[in-house]
Parts: sequence; C-alpha cells; structure tokens
Amino acid sequence: MGQPAVEVTGLVKRYGAKTAVDGLDLRVQTGTITAVLGPNGAGKTSTIECCEGYRRPDGGTVRVLGLDPVTQGEQLRPRIGVMLQSGGIYPSVRAVEMLKHTAKLYANPLDTDALIERLGLGSAGRTTFRRLSGGQQQRLSLALAVVGRPELVFLDEPTAGLDVQARHATWELIEQLRRDGVTVVLTTHLLDEAERLADTVAIVDAGKVIAHDTPDALSTANGAGDTEIRFTAPAGLDLAGLLAGLPPGLTAAEQPPGAYTVGGDVTPDVLAKVTSWCAAKDVMPQGLSVGRRTLEDVFLDLTGRELR
Amino acid sequence: MTTTAPPDDNRVATGAALDFTPKPGAAPATRMILAQAGHEVRLMLRNPEQLLLTIVIPALMMVLFSGESLVATSGPGKRIDFYAPGLFGAAVLSTAFTGLAIATGFERRYGVLKRMGATPLPRWGLIVAKALCVLCVEVIQIALLSAIALAMGWKPHGDPLAVIVLVVLATGTFAGLAMLMAGTLRAEATLGLANFVFLLLLAGGGVIIPLSKFPSGVRHVLDALPISALTNGLRDVLQHGATLPWANVGILAAWAVAAIAVAARTFKWE
Repeated sequence: MGQPAVEVTGLVKRYGAKTAVDGLDLRVQTGTITAVLGPNGAGKTSTIECCEGYRRPDGGTVRVLGLDPVTQGEQLRPRIGVMLQSGGIYPSVRAVEMLKHTAKLYANPLDTDALIERLGLGSAGRTTFRRLSGGQQQRLSLALAVVGRPELVFLDEPTAGLDVQARHATWELIEQLRRDGVTVVLTTHLLDEAERLADTVAIVDAGKVIAHDTPDALSTANGAGDTEIRFTAPAGLDLAGLLAGLPPGLTAAEQPPGAYTVGGDVTPDVLAKVTSWCAAKDVMPQGLSVGRRTLEDVFLDLTGRELR
Repeated sequence: MTTTAPPDDNRVATGAALDFTPKPGAAPATRMILAQAGHEVRLMLRNPEQLLLTIVIPALMMVLFSGESLVATSGPGKRIDFYAPGLFGAAVLSTAFTGLAIATGFERRYGVLKRMGATPLPRWGLIVAKALCVLCVEVIQIALLSAIALAMGWKPHGDPLAVIVLVVLATGTFAGLAMLMAGTLRAEATLGLANFVFLLLLAGGGVIIPLSKFPSGVRHVLDALPISALTNGLRDVLQHGATLPWANVGILAAWAVAAIAVAARTFKWE
C-alpha cells in the first residue's frame, strides 16, 4: 500500500469568523472507497474542496497523491477526477458534446461512447444540459469525473436525486472503480450508501472526524455488540409486562409510538418469548427483525439527534 | 446484485466493457487549448442572443445605414466608406466586450469555471482559449461584414496589418473590461450593464455618429474612449489610407494594459 492516497492532518478552514473545519485528520488508503458522512454544515465539502485544491487551508496540511493541492495543482489535476455537488456545466451544452470535450483534455481518456452507454445516457446524448433530468445531470457529472482515467476520484453526493435504478447503477460503477484500482472518496447523506459501498466510513461533525473505521467496526464498537429485536405494533403495549417475562438485563422501548425495540443479550429464547407474548395479546409484530444496530443508529448517537 | 464479483467477472452484459484502470495524464497544452477554444466558439455561435448581438445587428446596420441617407456622414466620399470601419468596431465591441462579459458572468454563476478548474486545463490555458475564441468569432464577423460592404461598393484602402494591430489591441482592452465586469458583478447585473454600455458606445464611440457632430469639449473626452480610438484608427487606415495611426494605437495600447492589469487583480473564479 505504502503512501496513502489522501493524508489530511490538522486541517483548519475558516470563513470569516466561522470555523468550518477545525483540526480535521483523515487518511485514505490507496484502492479503497472512503465515505465521508456528516450532518449538513459539518465541514465535509470544505474538506473535500481543500483536497481538490479549490480552497487554501488556514491551518494543517493536505497531501493528495503526495502532492500539495494548492501549490502543485497543475501536477495533481490530471491525476484526479472531481464530481461537484452542482453540475458546473453550461446549460446549452449537449451531454455527449460535454463528455467528448472533457475527454480531449486528457492523454488517455476512456471510450466516451462506452461510458455513455454504461451510465444509461445514450438517449440523452443530444439533449442540452438544462433539459436533462436531475438524475441524468448527476450521471453526466460522474462520467466527467472518471473519463480521464484518474487514480483518485472525489464524488460529492454522487447519488443525490437519483432514482433507485440509477442509484444502483452508480453504486455498481463505483464498485468497479475500486476493482480496477481507483481510490474513491465520496460524501453522502445516505447511510445505506456508506454501509454498502465504503471500506471505511469517516464521520465528520463540527469540523472534525469523530470516528473513522469500517462500517462493521463502527456499528460494533459503538453498540457494544448488542443486538436488537425491532417491530411495529399498535401503540401503548405494556412493556413492563413484557420485560417481566424476559431474562433480566434486557431493555424494552417504544419510540416513536408504535415502534418497539428490545435490546440487550438477545438470544433465540428471548425472541421466542417476545413473539409468544405478542401471540398471547393477539398482537402481530409487523416488520419483526433481529439485528445489530445499524450505521444510522451509530451516526445519530455520535452526531446527536437534534435537527440543525 | 453481485457485490462479490471477482475482478475478471464480465457481468456488465449491457454496454461495452469499460476498464477504469488508472492511466492518468493531461493532453498536450496546445491540444487542450485548441479543444477548449473550439468548444467555446461552438457554444457562442449556437447562442441566439449572442448571434443577434454579434452578427445580425452589425450586419443589419451595415445594410440600413449605408444604403440610404439615414444619418449624415462627415466629409466627402461614399457613405459605406464611413460605416464599414465603424461597424467593424461595433462587431469587435460586441464580441470582445458584451458577448464575453455575459458568457463569462454566467459561466461563473453556473460553476462552469469552477468545474474547469478541476480539469488539467490550467487557468492561463483557459484564458488563451477564450482569447482565441473571441478572435475566431471576430474573423467570422469581419469577413461577413466585409462581404456585405464590398457588395455595396466599399473600396477599402490602407494596410491590412494596421487593421490587425488595431483589432488585436482593442480586443485586449474590451476583453479586460469584460472580465473586470464579469469577475466582480452578479451575472444578471453583467448582462444588463454590458448591453447598456454597448448601446452607449455605439452612440458615443464614433460607430454610427461621427464624433465631429459632438461639441468639441465632449469630443475630446469621447476621442479617448477605446471604441473611438478603434473606429477612428480603422477609418484612418481603411477610409484615408494611413499606414499606422500612431495616436489611436497608443490610446488602445494604454487601455489594453490598464484593463488587463485591473481585471487580473479583481477577477474571482467562483
């Protein structure tokens, strides 16, 4: 592996009096997919834009492929691909025209026709950017980021606004990028996206990385290995009565009303007892599932549940 | 859904096999710049508002003004000999100033300049490409206007090289002023102001109204405008056969240096 693809140490970025990034550390290993997760305003985009060379850090160091993105940008830019959150494409440009033009800026571009077909943009080729659907605009942006055969791509919310089919197509493309040896750094709001795609997940809050590990390790470490039984049923079940019939040490909660969780040392016997208790009350536990805490639970625990 | 497919699994049944294995590298600078310039020329010639401004309006003015006596001309000679150089000036102004300012203002607004900043094309390369695009559109404009003028009996004089010097210096000036405007104002403000300034300079820059019609105090101020230096200089050469109109070349050179210097200091890419 050797040198990491991205190495951010103690990054500080301020806008006037506001500190957007406050001593952030991040290492991305070559050939992996890293998801940067965080609430709005956590400093994700500022961090990525410092890596892309758009912003000059106010403190700390940023090395991308061993280069300083600000002072060595001309060497760095041919080696990275960037997908911005909002297009950055002139509205009257046609989709294929834009891709073919961008390809001409690189020494060994991908075959643009194959890329268009792969991303399902074949029917949109002669359509101007402003008339593309939101999902087609996103896919064109992704195509522009990868057409130059980069070593490293930064994808800022690559599946925002995509329908389910397009999201899966995008995920498969990102997975192929990793198989072919491209390092991927993506930001996302979607926890299932991070859980499914990423080798490591960095959770950013208030300008710092507050956790960075594999999705599995994050879920386990922050949930102490607990499993949970979850189901929905009519609101107001007698939880004290339920707990009375279960081994000690378990917890039961109803939040929000009608959504139940039973946590602790969940064994098959506990599951059987919960379902027979429901049966005795003639209550159907809808959507019953047993599982580890999800990344979403971990994320909400770490970053707080209040809206911002 | 196959998340565990081995690397050699050719499961992408639809679509050709794509190999994303990194092979990075920038194209040679000249290829990047020519590609960018061609791209920008195509976009500019496809934009109906730009075509109206840069091609249709100057061509219509050439036909209307030169045909019948709508506006009195100065001095002897045919009307077309007065209007052709003036409208060449208007054509240069429309492309290098108004068109460039509006296009760049909206590119900044749409984040196009930001996106270009992530490609291997360096900033200086983008600027060279934009300059080539403007010069290329000007060649098209002047060729078209010349064809119309010649058909109407225009007899040009002078040295074509002097015309090129004047046009290039004026282009530098107007482009600098355009970038100054587009780099500091909002796109909508640039759109309005660039068109307004275009109309003002058509009236007061010796394009269609001879500057000799203005009172002498006003005239001295107007003579120092870059558009007046361009139209006066073009008339010196094309109408009166001057070799190189030094005074007007000097005015344009001073404007070009000042405009580009200020634009370079104030321009914001995002």
